[in-house]
Amino acid sequence: MAQALRRIEIDFVDLFLWLFRTAIIILVIWGTVAKVFFGVGTEYSTAAWIDFTIAGIAQGSLYALIALGYTLVYGVLFMINFAHGEFFMSGTMTATVFVAIPLASAGYLDSNPFMSMLAIMLTAMLVSVGIALLTERVAYRPLRRAPRLVPLITAIGASFFWQYFFRGLYGSAVVPFPNIPIFSGTIEIFGLEILRTRLVVMAASIIMLVGLYFFVMRSKTGKAIRAVAEDKDVAALMGVNVDRTIAITFAVGAAMAGAAGILYGLMFGQTHFFMGFVPGIKAFTAAVLGGIGSIPGAALGGLFLGVIEAVGPPLFLEGLGIPGAHQLKDVIAFTMLVLVLIFRPQGIIGERLAEKKA
Amino acid sequence: MSLLEVSDVHAYYGNIHALKGVSLNVNEGEIVTLIGANGAGKTTTLRSISGLMRPRVGWIKFSGDDLAQFKAHELVRRGVAMVPEGRGIFARLTVAENLDMGAYHRSDRSNIKKEMDRVFELFPRLRERRGQVAGTLSGGEQQMLATGRALMSRPKLLLMDEPSMGLAPILVETIFDIIKEINANGTTILLVEQNAHMALQIAHRGYVLQTGEIVLSDSAEALQANAMVQKAYLGIE
Repeated sequence: MAQALRRIEIDFVDLFLWLFRTAIIILVIWGTVAKVFFGVGTEYSTAAWIDFTIAGIAQGSLYALIALGYTLVYGVLFMINFAHGEFFMSGTMTATVFVAIPLASAGYLDSNPFMSMLAIMLTAMLVSVGIALLTERVAYRPLRRAPRLVPLITAIGASFFWQYFFRGLYGSAVVPFPNIPIFSGTIEIFGLEILRTRLVVMAASIIMLVGLYFFVMRSKTGKAIRAVAEDKDVAALMGVNVDRTIAITFAVGAAMAGAAGILYGLMFGQTHFFMGFVPGIKAFTAAVLGGIGSIPGAALGGLFLGVIEAVGPPLFLEGLGIPGAHQLKDVIAFTMLVLVLIFRPQGIIGERLAEKKA
Repeated sequence: MSLLEVSDVHAYYGNIHALKGVSLNVNEGEIVTLIGANGAGKTTTLRSISGLMRPRVGWIKFSGDDLAQFKAHELVRRGVAMVPEGRGIFARLTVAENLDMGAYHRSDRSNIKKEMDRVFELFPRLRERRGQVAGTLSGGEQQMLATGRALMSRPKLLLMDEPSMGLAPILVETIFDIIKEINANGTTILLVEQNAHMALQIAHRGYVLQTGEIVLSDSAEALQANAMVQKAYLGIE
């Protein structure tokens, strides 16, 4: 009797999930069809659609860069580092206040844009790495053997700590990121007008993503990171300093976040003590989407999320007749997160956990 | 002088008293085996020696140095390598990368290359599969890989935790032949085994561990002839 009841319960859950999935798919198809064939909502030119896509790719490559930090740390510690958004913010704000703005007022941003950009970026990366190492040493390392919920909550605490710490340092107002003339305006490639900032963001992200991939797959330190991710005790038996390797993992992720922060400043022209929160959550979504723990997964998840966020609202949300569809891009992002968690927890190219026990 | 000396080691998992005063020693050039049933403390003994656990009481010396001053990752450099329980290969790394990890503390590329060739001579199967992800190897091949990886550091002392576990009998024979060969090439071996029959055939001396205590120690021949060992570990009535 009890067994029969339980079976019925499971069937209801399955039925609900099945309906949920079908409803989402129908809504997306319906919206798309209504938009494309019946012209519901605003009409966009081909150029506008291409622009949406490119904006999405640029935004997505930022997500990808930030997502690397989540994925790397999750890989070695099985912990979601919710303070990662603050590593992103801390480097960016510090570099903006102490390097970018003084350089701008001295006129170096006009005369030496590339050297200045390099200096700004290096400062941001260094500060982010410093904050990450400090957080790891003080807040996470002592809890390495604690149950998994404990470091998770600590991470949320660390996130708040750094937000308000930097709010105290730089104030709660928006600090504008200076305009770099050479990177502003548009450039024509294959007959397409592309914002230069987006081009810079995409190019820099690709270079860093590929660089990181080769660092992890080819270098000795990368090999140690992968070994620690699989089995810390055995890695230690091989002579790997596990604590140091974990710290390096945090540092590498934070360096990527710091660089992404400057690209963010370049693209949106502003920094703020709360700027890490939403990109952080989005990047976490991207990491889960791609398969947390996997570097190509983070890249793919980031790009996918960026594009669907940019193209989704004008395409199927407007097609459904939803007013102000552009403001609902976050809804798309988090609906994606829920869908992935329910239907494909391992992500797009994530591996099954069983493989680890092989 | 003994290469490895373990003296009156007590180790705990929380409140569980896992080792109750274990003392043993391994002389240079020997194969010493530690036999005992499941849960007797064999793995705990090896974990204590390799620094993955700290004994609460007692000391462990290797080549005369107290090991308490070193962390687990500093031992490879001093000449201690381990083939861990359940083989502990890195399933997502390739065979060659696993072997590289064995030589992680070294940076002399040409010697590492030579070492790898030596391992491939010992285990030709690994050469065929060098580019393959280690998780796809069979159990026997994984054991070969774990052993080869430990040899990559050119250890003075090799700690082996149940190399025969989960292997077909014919493979067990092969693995034990190789252990003998490794020893003949000058590596001292501390072999932890449940398969007492095989272990006592290749070992010089042996210790019997029961619920955290050494209850018997003698030469391998004497242990094989011992009535208690025959009854409890060799299945001879």
